[in-house]
Amino acid sequence: MTTLERVVGLVGRLGAPVVDAAVGLGAATRFFLSVLAASTSCLRRPRLVVRELYFIGVLSLAIILVSALFVGMVLGLQMYDTLVRFGSEDIVGMVVALALVRELGPVLSALLISSRAGSAVTAEIGLMKATEQLSAMEMMAVPPVARVVAPRFWAGVLAVPLLTAIFDVVGIFGGWLVAVPLLGVDDGTFWSQMRAAVDFRLDVVNGLIKSLWFGVAILFIAVHQGFHAEPTAEGVSRATTRTVVRSALVVLGLDFVLTAFMFRGFEGMG
Amino acid sequence: MADDLVVVRGVTFAYEERPVLFDVDMAIPRGKVVAIMGLSGCGKTTLLRLIGGQLKPQRGDVLVDGLSVPSLGEEALYRLRRRMGMLFQMGALFTDLTVYENVAFQMREHTDLPEPLIRDLVLMKLHAVGLRGAWHLRPAELSGGMARRVALARAIALDPMLILYDEPFAGLDPISLAVIGRLIRTLNDALGATSVVVTHDVQESLKVVDYVYLMSEGRVIFSGDVAAVHASRDPYVRQFVDGRPDGPVPFHYPAPPWQEMLDHDYA
Repeated sequence: MTTLERVVGLVGRLGAPVVDAAVGLGAATRFFLSVLAASTSCLRRPRLVVRELYFIGVLSLAIILVSALFVGMVLGLQMYDTLVRFGSEDIVGMVVALALVRELGPVLSALLISSRAGSAVTAEIGLMKATEQLSAMEMMAVPPVARVVAPRFWAGVLAVPLLTAIFDVVGIFGGWLVAVPLLGVDDGTFWSQMRAAVDFRLDVVNGLIKSLWFGVAILFIAVHQGFHAEPTAEGVSRATTRTVVRSALVVLGLDFVLTAFMFRGFEGMG
Repeated sequence: MADDLVVVRGVTFAYEERPVLFDVDMAIPRGKVVAIMGLSGCGKTTLLRLIGGQLKPQRGDVLVDGLSVPSLGEEALYRLRRRMGMLFQMGALFTDLTVYENVAFQMREHTDLPEPLIRDLVLMKLHAVGLRGAWHLRPAELSGGMARRVALARAIALDPMLILYDEPFAGLDPISLAVIGRLIRTLNDALGATSVVVTHDVQESLKVVDYVYLMSEGRVIFSGDVAAVHASRDPYVRQFVDGRPDGPVPFHYPAPPWQEMLDHDYA
């Protein structure tokens, strides 16, 4: 092998993944647009979305409720433990609420939903493809993107902020449970400190806006992986794994970006 | 010709690098049941997907009822597909719906028929395949033969002019085999439809079809009615129809000479 061939080979090996990634991103964008274009079917037949809202939203309630309660309780314990050293245990409620509505609520809900429902959506669509159900639908002149993909996508996008709101509330209740009845923080102080510090627009609404974007990201990853899964048992299993892994990475990355956009500290930097 | 519902004209097709069909010509007359037979991998399922418009040929044309399928836009293709029914190899029933909902699926998607009328139609279709009593079952609760019959009822839900069958006999017990064979014939005649049956099951299909295309390695190598198949002296036709292990299709996968292979180091 000549030196030139080696160099060409090396450049090729470096370039191939970049080209593949660009092609993949382009294909995903096209698929995203086709899902949006097919979404009118959801408006015409809201029952399709309601059905999926049940599978993605209602059936995820248990894991959201239990996780939120324990996250809130642990947060209450840890915060009390630290704050009591400075005699500031009165602000446990405020710290718990801010941590939950700004970060933990949106991020943890998104991670839980992607592993509970995103993976299920991928596996279901992937298996429908492997068993020729999507093909059959196409032959019946029913576009699968409109009938199968779009309702699941929109149901998930609706479900994630709703479940996040529930997570926030139950988490705060968990924090209260530990701080007030268990550790003896004053009930009135707990709530009044929280109400003084948490801004509805800047904390609660921003948190829900975050979770809306997380919903778009994880549901798109889920339907995209399912729809383009290799139609075999291994293919569907790989696609399901990819859904969970990529959703987690995208949610955490997106969280930093969105937080930076919503961050108020920059204003003081002139 | 007006009396051919499907015309395949000089079709050449390849999956990326792998060529599958070479210059295939075929005509499916209206009202007939036509079998496309051949070994696994000879391109017959591909041909079915070309007729249904799921694939486009690299060269040549596919006409269905006078319309050139490869050049139809999405909307026109979907309009044409409403007049086609397809039975998939493994049934491809929607596993999240019951038998009843599977058969009703297309009626609900494509028509504004009132629910009582849909009920009557669904029960009629299910009765035609002998499964009116199974309306409430889920696909997972059906045997292979029953699933195939439900899929058939679903394929004829909108009274199609053309019914495409992809390996309808594969993996069925002898009774289900006979049932499906008879249904292909009777439904075709009762609906005044045209049927294309892709299969490698010679004995079962020769009992019900009118005309046979035999394919090998992407080419049509024989065509004729059932009597012509039986009378043919062509060695390939004979090997295929009589199921002989050796002949023009060799028993042995191509291999180098013995001496060469014995000298080779396999470790």
